[in-house]
Amino acid sequence: MKYFIKKLITLIMTLFLVSVAAFLAFQIIPGDVVTSILGTEATPEREEQLREELGLNKPPVVRYFNWAGGVLRGDPGRSYRYSKNMNEMMPVAELIGDKLPVTLWLAAVALVLIILVSVPLGVLWARSASRSGRAAHFLDAALGVVTQTTMAIPSFFLGILVTYLFGILFKLFTPGGYISYQENFAGFLGYLLFPALSIALPKIAMTARFLRNSMLTELKSDYVRTAYSKGCTRRRVMYGHVLRNALMPVVTFLGMIIAEIVAGSIVIEQVFGLPGIGRLLISSINTRDFPVVEILILYITFVVIFVYFLVDILYRVIDPRISEK
Amino acid sequence: MKKLLLLTALLTMAVLGGCGSDGTGESSGDNSSMESVKDSTEANSGEPVYGGSVVVGIQQDIDSLDPHKATAAGTKEILFNIFEGLVKPDKNGDLMKAIASDYTVSEDGLVYTFTLREGVKFHNGNVVTAEDVKYSLERASGLLDGTPLISSLSVLTSVDIIDDKTVQVTVGSANTELIYSFMAAIIPAGSGEDENGTPIGTGPFSFVSYTPQVGIVVKKNADYWQKGLPYLDEVNFKIVNSPDTALLEIQGGSIDIYPYLTDSQANELKDSFQILSAPSVNVQALFLNNADPVLSDVRIRQAICYALDKDMVNDFVAGGNATLISSAMLPTLQTYYVDLNDTYGTGANIEKAKELMTEAGYPDGFDLEITVPSNYEFHMQTAEVVAEQLKAAGINAVINPVEWNTWLEECYTNRNYQSTICAITSDMTPGYLMNRFQTDSKKNFINFASAEYDETYLKAAAAMDSAEKAEYYKQLQKILNDEAGSAFIQVPPITIAMNPKLAGYVFYPVYVQDMSTVYFVEN
Repeated sequence: MKYFIKKLITLIMTLFLVSVAAFLAFQIIPGDVVTSILGTEATPEREEQLREELGLNKPPVVRYFNWAGGVLRGDPGRSYRYSKNMNEMMPVAELIGDKLPVTLWLAAVALVLIILVSVPLGVLWARSASRSGRAAHFLDAALGVVTQTTMAIPSFFLGILVTYLFGILFKLFTPGGYISYQENFAGFLGYLLFPALSIALPKIAMTARFLRNSMLTELKSDYVRTAYSKGCTRRRVMYGHVLRNALMPVVTFLGMIIAEIVAGSIVIEQVFGLPGIGRLLISSINTRDFPVVEILILYITFVVIFVYFLVDILYRVIDPRISEK
Repeated sequence: MKKLLLLTALLTMAVLGGCGSDGTGESSGDNSSMESVKDSTEANSGEPVYGGSVVVGIQQDIDSLDPHKATAAGTKEILFNIFEGLVKPDKNGDLMKAIASDYTVSEDGLVYTFTLREGVKFHNGNVVTAEDVKYSLERASGLLDGTPLISSLSVLTSVDIIDDKTVQVTVGSANTELIYSFMAAIIPAGSGEDENGTPIGTGPFSFVSYTPQVGIVVKKNADYWQKGLPYLDEVNFKIVNSPDTALLEIQGGSIDIYPYLTDSQANELKDSFQILSAPSVNVQALFLNNADPVLSDVRIRQAICYALDKDMVNDFVAGGNATLISSAMLPTLQTYYVDLNDTYGTGANIEKAKELMTEAGYPDGFDLEITVPSNYEFHMQTAEVVAEQLKAAGINAVINPVEWNTWLEECYTNRNYQSTICAITSDMTPGYLMNRFQTDSKKNFINFASAEYDETYLKAAAAMDSAEKAEYYKQLQKILNDEAGSAFIQVPPITIAMNPKLAGYVFYPVYVQDMSTVYFVEN
């Protein structure tokens, strides 16, 4: 119990510090939001009116606490930039609420792809690495090269490659033809497959590598020798004992990956035109849309901390050797 | 082992191939729009078909759904389809009567009388009344609540309803160019305070929906007052994430019309798409801060003008399709334009440049920092070419790329720069670009200070006779050119890719994407 409370306090403290840091950053960076919104044709009266509307004439400390107070009451305010209609700006909650499912589903599909492919791949690789013979060695080395290369390709380029290959050449999807989850859920998932693939490929390579190394390390352990000498088949040793133990560090690794994807795959969202929070973050920073940026930063911080927390718990569940101290 | 090395080498090269950009991005918001009448029906002739839905790729999100508050050119282009004013631009660059079927201006230029056209309806079905016109004009000019939303209308002193078909507007000072400001949207009375806030206008298309970062959808206004228009049932203005992926989307078929192509993109698409081109309404220049110690000497500024090779810039950056200029006036405003390209020549005259620099006390050249907004690929490329040309004359030019908002604040607002390359946008009036260079203008970011210019500008603004006005504007251009206020370069082209099944796209001399004239062609 004490453990959970400590973690909760840490979470709150971190969120607070991060929000203050983001707020301060906005005060420092050049670029005035009113000039940015009104451009070069603004009248002085309109500028003043907008400043009042956005509350920019108040001192920074007041503005921060007004905002923080609003968030605690469940009202994160309105965007400075995005209109809801002719007379109202879009509430931040609604803006993010629309975009979040896109990023979350993207993360989910990517995660499924990663797990489905990297585990068998990692095991296959470990097997070939532990065997002897030319064929096995070749496979081991080849997989090494392929994974290394995949990891090295910049994600932007990978996205374009996938778009070109599957979109233009094989015509499996229409580049830029994002289908909203509200319109057609099956089509939505179908379109997400390709950006998810672009995200998943390098991570599959990394995870497979990690798993392979982890398994090879395990294979050297004493209990493996014992198992063989007891008469266990190779298969039983691999899947029954080694894999289970080798999966543990992979779980941590996957946790890191989940946190990264759910926090918003900015580059891939740009390439595939997905209206997710990654793109929203970039455009909000560019347009100095402070309320949106703050909430997004808090979201990312929360997600990262929360996922690591879950991984921590999972760890304890999987490995009884780790106990609370 | 060797085979493995070869494989690795090949794969590495493939990987590294992805690590550079081809520099094709032109994320403009400023660099669009069209000048002359280029009717694309020449490219694609066939019977127009009513109906159909078209996707137009746009590069920037809209900044407001309120036609009086929207300032970004990209937003106004789209809102043109939803809203109309008492007058509106026609494809020839003149004003046509829209919601007003007629208007007169008093002798002294202080009273405008508008007669409302019969039977013009808003998208909500209500007929446009004099009340709506009064409300809209008062709101836009600041008479409603003290804050002018459209600065050129702030000279209005009162709007009066004479009868249900006539509205009279009184202004504080006469200006023959003020009529252009009556393109301001007429909206239903009270709609600015309506909670519902759906944008309602009288245009050929009505608002359907807007999703931030995705786009805006409009549908046909079946009761539009211009009979026979529009052809299309629906237009989806879709935001294109980045210019690099735009090409993929066009080729993939999810975009039908894409304005603002770069030269290299146009080359890629020309076999499968219609490519249309016309001059834009932007004036690009190497703007010089006249208040800078080195640049305050007119001879130095003239030296820079001599050192530039504008032909080369045009070839390298605009594919030879730009129109070269030497002052701040669009060549397509033919009545007012005077060609001054011979003053400094369109090629480089290094000797003359060096002569002037020596005279001014800099025989060995000087340092010049060129600040460029890094999101505009067109200006970045121009800067690279220009920097090399200046170096040939002994000027040590250094490029300083900055992010757009930083540029707006540092260069444009605070005037804290030495020189910069960007484009200024014109509207339909000759005075729009020229009024910027008055000594006290808030928009005079180059700190141009010429008493002669200021006097002449006032005369030009006051002139009622258009021949007299044209004379004054030509004088203004000459002064700006002789004093080398800045090194004006070119009017960049705007290039559009269009689905071969479409026709009817019309270029306008203002920021407008007029979808009412576009149609599918019967095969």
